[in-house]
Amino acid sequence: MNGTLTLRAGPAVIHVERRTVVVSAALVVVAVVLALVALGRGQEWAGPGEVLAALAGYGDSAFVIRQWRLPRVVAALVFGAALGLAGAVFQNLTRNALGSPDVIGLDAGAYTGVLVAVTVLNGTAGQLAVGSVAGGLLAAVVIYLLSLDSGLSGMRLVVIGIAVNAMLTAVNSWIVLRAELDVAIAATGWNAGSLNGVDWSELRLPFAVLGGFVLLLMLISHAMHQAALGDEIAATSGVGLGRLRLLMVLAGVGCTATVTAVAGPIVFIALAAPQIGRRLARAGGVPLVPAALTGAVLLLAADLVAQLLLQPVALPVGVVTTAIGGCYLIWLLGMEVKRR
Amino acid sequence: MKTDLSRRLPLLLVSAALFVAAAGASMMVGARTVPAAEVWRAFADFTGGTDQLVVRDLRLPRTILGVCVGAALGAAGVLIQSLTRNPLAEPGILGVTAGAGFMINVGVLAGVTASQGGQLLLAVAGAAIATLVVYAVGRTSPLRLVLAGVALSSVLMGISLGLRLTFPDVFDRHRFWSVGALAGSEQTPLVVPALVTVAALLAAMAATGPLNALVLGENVAHALGAHVARTRVIVLALVTLLAGVATAVAGPIVFVGLMVPHLARRLAGGSIPWTMAYAMLLGPVLLLAADVGARVLLPTGEVPVSVVTAFLGAPVLIWAVRRYGAATL
Repeated sequence: MNGTLTLRAGPAVIHVERRTVVVSAALVVVAVVLALVALGRGQEWAGPGEVLAALAGYGDSAFVIRQWRLPRVVAALVFGAALGLAGAVFQNLTRNALGSPDVIGLDAGAYTGVLVAVTVLNGTAGQLAVGSVAGGLLAAVVIYLLSLDSGLSGMRLVVIGIAVNAMLTAVNSWIVLRAELDVAIAATGWNAGSLNGVDWSELRLPFAVLGGFVLLLMLISHAMHQAALGDEIAATSGVGLGRLRLLMVLAGVGCTATVTAVAGPIVFIALAAPQIGRRLARAGGVPLVPAALTGAVLLLAADLVAQLLLQPVALPVGVVTTAIGGCYLIWLLGMEVKRR
Repeated sequence: MKTDLSRRLPLLLVSAALFVAAAGASMMVGARTVPAAEVWRAFADFTGGTDQLVVRDLRLPRTILGVCVGAALGAAGVLIQSLTRNPLAEPGILGVTAGAGFMINVGVLAGVTASQGGQLLLAVAGAAIATLVVYAVGRTSPLRLVLAGVALSSVLMGISLGLRLTFPDVFDRHRFWSVGALAGSEQTPLVVPALVTVAALLAAMAATGPLNALVLGENVAHALGAHVARTRVIVLALVTLLAGVATAVAGPIVFVGLMVPHLARRLAGGSIPWTMAYAMLLGPVLLLAADVGARVLLPTGEVPVSVVTAFLGAPVLIWAVRRYGAATL
């Protein structure tokens, strides 16, 4: 088998491209280095040795690093991976590099759900999670119904998504303006998407929910790759396309909505990570593992930039990702124009 | 021709009546409702009562502002849609508004917006740069043009938001402006922007003749004696001027330039000069109606008018995509 590794564990057999394994390992190394830098960042920088000692529970800075900095770093890695996965799922589904959840308004829908949960209900963590997933799914359904006659793929779906995004953003700002002052102030921090001030207690439930969705994705990933080869091939190899698409939408929206519930809409990661991962791995479709790892690296790097760029002001990470992501999108469009 | 005129003239009169009604509502409705008779007396027989002061000092400038901005955005929408033959084109969607807004933010930071002239110049320069970038990236298809505009807008708005969060005191004065609202601009002198807008609107009306020929295709336009390249440059310059000035006074307001031309084109039935005339009347109607709605929507304050126009305008974008798709006008 040329360039392919075969892993056997009992009845399960997995074929992996050798290049994908190498790229994934390299991405993990980059993520670890970035994590050490992010953990060491502070008024006085801690070296890697000091950080490792602190993680093990020794040294003066153990409390600061484990209770203050570690949640943020872990959240950036996990959320980045979740966003990368969500983007890969939707880009597979729409067969379009622009068809990612942040561009077509699923983030905004999830955020509407969060805002409703905060303002109408009393905003417990469970309500936030349910509200954001429901909002994201609702937005997905609306976009799907509106673009039904022209098919799931193509630019038309993307532009319809952009319009839905604009409407939802308008609704969101109206809700924030109507809300009580304290809710409104908390919501403005979220508006841009921010990891400022997350701590362990807020992260347990989202991590568990994300774990469930990732498990679902692992179960359907083989069928997804079959479906990416074309509808006929998928059908002949025994994949039920209707049910598969439903599960893909559920998992994709679930990942993006759970992140939105905690950190607000962080755009660009879901758009760029799958494409960058795909180019690194030189894969045909939009593979999930490189997308997730690239997403984790991108979000952690963006969060570092957001904290370092204008010290001592910590920018919301969403501001950084928006600015970089738009440039990336323009570049993507420019490349396509040139290719013609 | 006569049948055309006999259909279009009444419609124009109806539009004018709507225009007057919207302006009247904008004078009357608000946190403090002023009856129509009192509005009339504020101008005819001024006694200095509170209601009359509200009308003269707050609502009149705001209404004039709404009329200027609405007409400018509507006219700019007609120009850009006709020029690019793209049913999805709109100064806001194409990033022209974001370009103007970004330059103003930079200007505020550099401290050069003290004079209103400087602010207007900055806005127009930003609009021009954004137009060039978006046109260069997305000229191959209508949908691509929209995507390029949205991408550029998100970059510029992201950077602007970062600047505002970083230097909150510098931007405090510009709070209302940065969300796209007519409120808070009542005290700014309106003479210069209004004059520039009126001049640009007259020029836009004059440009519709050659544009009418251009829409038939380049060869036909040549045969009809139109200067194709010159018309293009003039129309693009007018779009940037109109959108830039509107953004300079009211902040980024999107989708007005999308909705109004579609409506106006249906009324005018294909003639660009008539489309332009309708758009100049209906643009203010839409913006003033949205502004009145914005005052009513929130009991304890005001929703920025840009929020209302985005909510109303996005369905029009969906409709236009489904109706025209990737096709040109």
